[in-house]
Amino acid sequence: MSEPGRIVAGILSPHPPHLIYASNPPQNEPRSSRAGAWNGLLDGYEKLRAELARHEFDVLVAHTPHWKTRTGHHFLGVPHFEGKSVDPIFPNLFQYNFALDIDVELSEAIHDEAAAAGLSTRMMRNPEFRVDYGTITSCHLVHPAWDKPVVAISSARTAFDYSNEAGDQEMLALGRATRRAIEASGRRALCLASNSLSHRHFTSEPEDPEDPSFEHVYNENQSAWDRHILGLMKAGETRRIFDEMPDFTEQCVAETKDGCLSWLLAAMDFPPLPATVHGYGTVIGTGNAVVSWDLDSARTEASA
Amino acid sequence: MSAAAGELLGGYLMPYQPLPVLAPEANAGWASLAANAARIRAEIEASGADLLLLFSTRWVSIIGHQMQADPKPEWWVVDEDFHEFGTLHYSLRMDAEFATAYRDAARARGLHARTVAYQGFPIDVGTITTLKLLNPDNRIAASVVSCNAYSDRAETLVLGKAAADAVRASGRKAIAIGVSALSNRMFSRWIDPAQDRIHSQKDDEWNRKLLELLAEGRLEDVSQLAREFSRQANGDSRMKAIWWLAATLGQHNQYTGTVFDYQPVWGTGAAMVGLQPAEAGSGDLEYDEDDAEFFRGDRNVLVSQSDDES
Ligand SMILES: [Fe+2]
Repeated sequence: MSEPGRIVAGILSPHPPHLIYASNPPQNEPRSSRAGAWNGLLDGYEKLRAELARHEFDVLVAHTPHWKTRTGHHFLGVPHFEGKSVDPIFPNLFQYNFALDIDVELSEAIHDEAAAAGLSTRMMRNPEFRVDYGTITSCHLVHPAWDKPVVAISSARTAFDYSNEAGDQEMLALGRATRRAIEASGRRALCLASNSLSHRHFTSEPEDPEDPSFEHVYNENQSAWDRHILGLMKAGETRRIFDEMPDFTEQCVAETKDGCLSWLLAAMDFPPLPATVHGYGTVIGTGNAVVSWDLDSARTEASA
Repeated sequence: MSAAAGELLGGYLMPYQPLPVLAPEANAGWASLAANAARIRAEIEASGADLLLLFSTRWVSIIGHQMQADPKPEWWVVDEDFHEFGTLHYSLRMDAEFATAYRDAARARGLHARTVAYQGFPIDVGTITTLKLLNPDNRIAASVVSCNAYSDRAETLVLGKAAADAVRASGRKAIAIGVSALSNRMFSRWIDPAQDRIHSQKDDEWNRKLLELLAEGRLEDVSQLAREFSRQANGDSRMKAIWWLAATLGQHNQYTGTVFDYQPVWGTGAAMVGLQPAEAGSGDLEYDEDDAEFFRGDRNVLVSQSDDES
């Protein structure tokens, strides 16, 4: 391909399986009551999809917290996967029959760039591998047609095994490697960070999991931190979010510990661009936001 | 269910790493673990046990405690890290009736608990590995309970006591098995399997100290020491498996301990230990930790205004 590739949009696309459950897609076996506990987030995803409909893209590149690797950063390297994904944590909500194609060439290119940057990396070539529900949920909610290939990157456990700071430094290197590989590939990519924000769960569930009278944030600390981070996103303060990330992760028990958002900010090269917060809501007490940085529109405006 | 009172015949600690099953030929220590598991298997077969009751740190739950109640889980799992060593295909035999009894016993002690039985449910790698090593032909029915991400010592003790309640009530002759690493620091880079070793000397020294106590049958002392061990040696899941095992077996030091093996697996401390009740053992020593009989809920002191839970 002659045109240089680019990241069309960077997206924070949280993956509570509850949102798939609530949407009742044909791939998922359990049926929800549609009682409405997570409507704010489902509306957010709908607005995001409307925004994305204005853009062309070739591939979704997802960084997922639910493929947890302790031996570095792993990449799916098999052209096609299908099977059934049952969430080990919420199996009552998510029994999803998946079929997806992998952009193995781009996956290998990101792997090679990351390895050249000194990161520990591994291609995953076992065709029996069960694709994690973080990748499936985020990709489904962003682009339910499943007509584009995917690149899925595991969450290396550096932040858990060493420190939040060490984890974020690896995500910085991995994000930059991702950007270089996308540019060299000629692909137009959507980059998806598949994490929640505040991430303390309730440890019980109501009779109807979708009962809106049960759903609220775990506590005020969680919600105050989420508001703060969303404020920085709307203000275009991407660098400051990255700088505050270790504290946010620590003090808010945030799923950013898994590195997805740090990776995304680095892949986008910290644009001083106000993000669009399409929706915010809680799922079993955790804070989730659907957010996009519409890089293509910003490019068009800049060149107009 | 049987009217006769059930009993716990003993307990074991087993490592969670799948490499001794997937690739014993790649490392002498991994092969040693697989070989020594056969000794435990023979001991279990001779014991007359009719239930293997597992707590696996690799099965993480959020909604309270989950008991596997699919009588015949059949599927396959590819390890998140060690995918290139192959696939673990499994067909297991679970005691669904006991799972229900365990759930009820847990609820009676205030815990959130539920059974799960879903086709294709991903049985965790630690459970599959342990059952492949100790019970490959499914001669004995098994039961597995999850490791709640948020539960601390008190809640885990209550979960262990509920296991003992359920064993007594159900008439089972059970063996309790904690599936857990000791030190859980892995090499975060790819290594030559032949070069595997414990990640650091300090981890190794702490592991050996714990095994010294376990060899003396001092399970409760190890349970009391678990927090310190976790801090010092990056213990697996804060050593909840030890808390659970000690509580299930009765919180004392009167055991005959056998260390069947201790090897590094990708840097982690992988130990196989047996604990049989003994007439005389090390006496009750110095206990600092609190004890709990009943779970009274999460300690969320910053509840939001809309939180109507009392
Ligand atoms: Fe998650």
